[in-house]
Amino acid sequence: MTDPSDTTAERLSTRPTARLRSLAWVARRIGGGLFVLWMVATVIFFALRLIPGDPVDAILGGPGSQASAEAVAQIRTDYGLDQPLIVQYFLAMGKLAVADFGTSYALKVAVAPYVLTQLWSTLVLTIASMVVAWILAVALTLVTSGRGGPARAVGSGLELLAAAVPHFWLASLLIIVLSNTLHLLPPISVPGPLGLILPVITLALPLTGFLGQLMRESLANAYEQPFVLSARARGESEWGVRLRHVLRHAALPGISLSGWAFGSLLSGAVVVETIFARPGLGRTLLSAVSIRDIPVVTAVAILSALTFIIVTLATDAIDRIVDPRVAKQ
Amino acid sequence: MTEILAGRLRRNNHAGPATNRSQKLGRNGGALLAIVALLFILIAALAPQLLTSADPDAVAPVDAFQSPSSTHFFGTDESGRDVYTRVVFGAANSLFIGIAATIVGLGLALILGMLGGLGGRVGDFVSTRVVEVMFALPGLLLALIFIAIAGPGVVTSTVAVGLSTAPGYARIIRSQLRSVRNSGYVEAATVLGHSRLRIVVQHILPGALAPIFVLGTLGVGQAIVWASSLGFLGLGVAPPAAEWGAMLSSGRTYIDVAWWLTVFPGLAIVATAASFTVLGRALNERTRQGGLG
Amino acid sequence: MTVQPLLSVKNLCVRFDRTAVPAVDSISFDVRAGECLAIVGESGSGKSLTARSLLGLEPPNAHVSFDAVTLRGEPLPATRSWRWRAIRGASIGLVLQDALVSLDPLRPVGREIDDVLRLHTTLTHAQRHRRVLELLDAVGVPDPALRAQQRSGELSGGLRQRALIATALAAGPPLIIADEPTTALDVTVQAKVLTLLRSLTDSGTALILITHDLAVVSRVADRVAVMSRGHIVESGETAAVLNAPSAVETQQLLASIPVDVPRGVPLLSNAIRRLALRPHAPVDDRAMESSAGALTSAPRLTPALQLTPALQLRAVSRQFPTRAGEPIQALDRVSFTLDTGTTLGLVGQSGSGKTTIARIALGLETADRGQILLNGTEWGSLNARERRPLRHTLGAIYQDPLSSFDPRLSVERILIDALSATASTAGNTNQLSCVDELLDAVDLPRNLKNRRPLHLSGGQRQRVAIARALAPAPRTLLCDEPVSALDVSTQARVLDLLDDLQRHLGLSYLFISHDLGVIRHMSDTVAVINDGRIVETGPTDEIFTTPKDPYTRSLIAALPRIHRSGPVSAARASAPPVE
Repeated sequence: MTDPSDTTAERLSTRPTARLRSLAWVARRIGGGLFVLWMVATVIFFALRLIPGDPVDAILGGPGSQASAEAVAQIRTDYGLDQPLIVQYFLAMGKLAVADFGTSYALKVAVAPYVLTQLWSTLVLTIASMVVAWILAVALTLVTSGRGGPARAVGSGLELLAAAVPHFWLASLLIIVLSNTLHLLPPISVPGPLGLILPVITLALPLTGFLGQLMRESLANAYEQPFVLSARARGESEWGVRLRHVLRHAALPGISLSGWAFGSLLSGAVVVETIFARPGLGRTLLSAVSIRDIPVVTAVAILSALTFIIVTLATDAIDRIVDPRVAKQ
Repeated sequence: MTEILAGRLRRNNHAGPATNRSQKLGRNGGALLAIVALLFILIAALAPQLLTSADPDAVAPVDAFQSPSSTHFFGTDESGRDVYTRVVFGAANSLFIGIAATIVGLGLALILGMLGGLGGRVGDFVSTRVVEVMFALPGLLLALIFIAIAGPGVVTSTVAVGLSTAPGYARIIRSQLRSVRNSGYVEAATVLGHSRLRIVVQHILPGALAPIFVLGTLGVGQAIVWASSLGFLGLGVAPPAAEWGAMLSSGRTYIDVAWWLTVFPGLAIVATAASFTVLGRALNERTRQGGLG
Repeated sequence: MTVQPLLSVKNLCVRFDRTAVPAVDSISFDVRAGECLAIVGESGSGKSLTARSLLGLEPPNAHVSFDAVTLRGEPLPATRSWRWRAIRGASIGLVLQDALVSLDPLRPVGREIDDVLRLHTTLTHAQRHRRVLELLDAVGVPDPALRAQQRSGELSGGLRQRALIATALAAGPPLIIADEPTTALDVTVQAKVLTLLRSLTDSGTALILITHDLAVVSRVADRVAVMSRGHIVESGETAAVLNAPSAVETQQLLASIPVDVPRGVPLLSNAIRRLALRPHAPVDDRAMESSAGALTSAPRLTPALQLTPALQLRAVSRQFPTRAGEPIQALDRVSFTLDTGTTLGLVGQSGSGKTTIARIALGLETADRGQILLNGTEWGSLNARERRPLRHTLGAIYQDPLSSFDPRLSVERILIDALSATASTAGNTNQLSCVDELLDAVDLPRNLKNRRPLHLSGGQRQRVAIARALAPAPRTLLCDEPVSALDVSTQARVLDLLDDLQRHLGLSYLFISHDLGVIRHMSDTVAVINDGRIVETGPTDEIFTTPKDPYTRSLIAALPRIHRSGPVSAARASAPPVE
């Protein structure tokens, strides 16, 4: 009874080959990621050396230090700064390949553990903000995008404003309202979850605005598709249609853009950490760039890029799992 | 932002979901409001003396920390300077940096995008890698390093913000070019016997680049926010010049006693960014209905 | 003793906001249990809107009113009432066109079926799972356990359409509404799905079948109602209506079916065309009348055997690499000859390689092996630059003309652009007058010049595409499914136009289609392609009356024809000569 034309489309999608293809995809992405990391390291290497100023000054703690000529020469040799640039480059790449990030010029501690603790603090903030932003965006879109006109306009307007708000201003507003006037939350970040609330809200709201706009648009498109008609014809309730069908489709563009969004969150974290005096990669970066602490800046750049690559890989993988059509492109 | 814009732009050529009258009214009203706001801001940037007679740098310590009143609309700051005047004078910086940075970003993106969309496999490979690297570095890091190299100021702020926005635009341009390149009408032109050059110039480029204007308008808002972030971190124009981000930064210290130092400059930023976004979206709607392009 | 009708509709009206004329204007019909009623009409006749209104799913800006709509004697709820949720799926099932988008592409099909059971039955999770597999098996899906976990994009067209039917059947509703359920399917698959639908009615379910295809109607429906512009113009027993149609619209629909009309005879005769003209008829009707007289009596061009063939393919092969490793053989030693001034019909189902042949013939892709000759000279091995000066001899029209137009250009600009492709045009004024001539040649009124293709109807767009293809004065036209997306009567007009142009201009056509009826009417010779190989070639009559290849025979057997004696029961229909 089987119709030969019924099986033509499935000739290629047997389970083992599909799994092999997925593995190949992951391998390709990892390879690409490593390449990007290497390029990032190279760009940072040369860019940092373009910054005016002698790295020796940074090592000595500032340009005004009174150091003898021998001391300076000694430092140069110790840090390998007297070698030609190309040699320095290969040495640096070699060290990075084995994850040896060296010693901070200014703080004289090993860079890797130092930056990693800062990274952890920033990651907590960033991931929490991402999660909160998603939850808020989904909730806002679901609730206001039914078929009512005014609710939709309000939601749309809120999202527009949220996306236009700069982090630092939002932080200041929140501090004014919640800390100074209502005395609900501490203005400066304290360790523990309480101190996380304001920074997370500050970081999450603009992203909520952006994600909300995305989802609203794809939600509107999804509602027009024939499968929604089929679902309604089965007797599915409005909320059933919304949650079981449309939401998934609406979230798709947001998922694929989450990698980019993560990168922008990292940038925003710098500002937010400064405002709330929160320890993290942001403040580390700011001070390191200003005093030209090359190893630290390099480490921050590489770790940020690595985080970004991992997050992008994860979001692309989720995208492929949720929507198998992506894999066929 | 990038892919959904690309998708929105692609759907421009086919009828979109139906809009009812109240939606259209809301949108037109919003666009009108945005244009009015932008006009104000433009006047503030080009001819601030029309909106205020005071001097933004006039220090009067005796008048410090006055709350908003009829003489000082937005109050005074820690040196007694009139906040309203400083906000008005600050418009020029923000507007200039925002627009210039967008142009820089779009220019760079055009090069990268065209390389990727039209340049064959090698060009695509190179351009995609460059864009990936630019994406992988957090925008602020790029900006910080660039400013560290070249020193703070208007020009470096512009270039720094432009650099951070370029990869996003480049991806859109490249994907637009590719989709047009593979479209039915480019094939039809080939079948008719047009030369490749003519097809590129007459069909591919106009089709893919038409949305640039809309993209730019939408992007100026974001660029202004970025620029004021840099100002906030002290990396923009040198003090005591009036700059919205810097004003916010210095106002932060006195946030307990003088809320107006932070609220009003921030409102200016939000109003400008939001107006540009609304305008950009309105333009997108119009091109979708076949008005421009 | 008359049986009480299962569904009774009296004076159903559907009106859109701010339009004076209702889209559905006071129609009434009945459906009895175990009966199939077909509602036939062209697009815009209101048939789909009727179907949706019966489920309370009309578009938000439509207003439904009726004197009575009852199901089993109970009136159906008003729009947007919560009572619909118990009725939809349980009392009425809906099957839409094209399961690829009518099933949620992100969810496994088993879940879609499970949803129906969850909403309308009290079965446990495990019981539902079993029932899903039973349902898939009942509709003829092999290996249900595997298929239930796959998404609609992973199934072939026939399988996913059957899965969609399973979702409509799951709660056992007494009435099923099917809106163009087989339009997106290959003809052999369509035959099987129609058999399945017929078996549903045989087992007692009532079926309302919405379609534009009268042949499908004759295979499956007991009664038929013909709709046009919101009215039912004719209804009755299928055999009676098809044998002796009384309404003009029915006659026109019947006349537009190409399969039995001999080569060269226009599908729409003068009489019917004149009758079809009304003040508010679409504009291109008016133009047709002026050329009506010129058509009929011109003699058929006899293929001049001495002239070089317009297009020749010799042992053309093409492989596509796939990600799984093994390359697909898209074309395997394909050979055929298109003689000048004739039409070669290339017929095959989806995935058979017809599109690849078209692209290779147009020089958009190159073959791995084999020779392609255009007007007797080497064509396939040239590079892009060498091809350009020869391109004007070969034109093309496609299934979806809209995507082949630059969306920013008006009709005039499109045609001027096409005219400028040939170096022989001189000066602007010449071009403009040429534009007018082109529009006249395809029977389009000149005032359409400034419109964009987006704002034209499907038939008008295809004519603009034909005009554009004619601009460089080609000798051969490649027609890739040019009428598949058009209504039956629009299709008839375009086919008549193509025929007319061939006669007057001496064109050769490579006519690619999956529609055997169209191929039969349009072609002098036919080549049948299956899985990348040409399985049979020959003169049209020979292929259709005495096919030799088993694949050809199965195609022709599956072609729905108008049975003047009414539908056959599923048992008899499911024993075709080839399985």
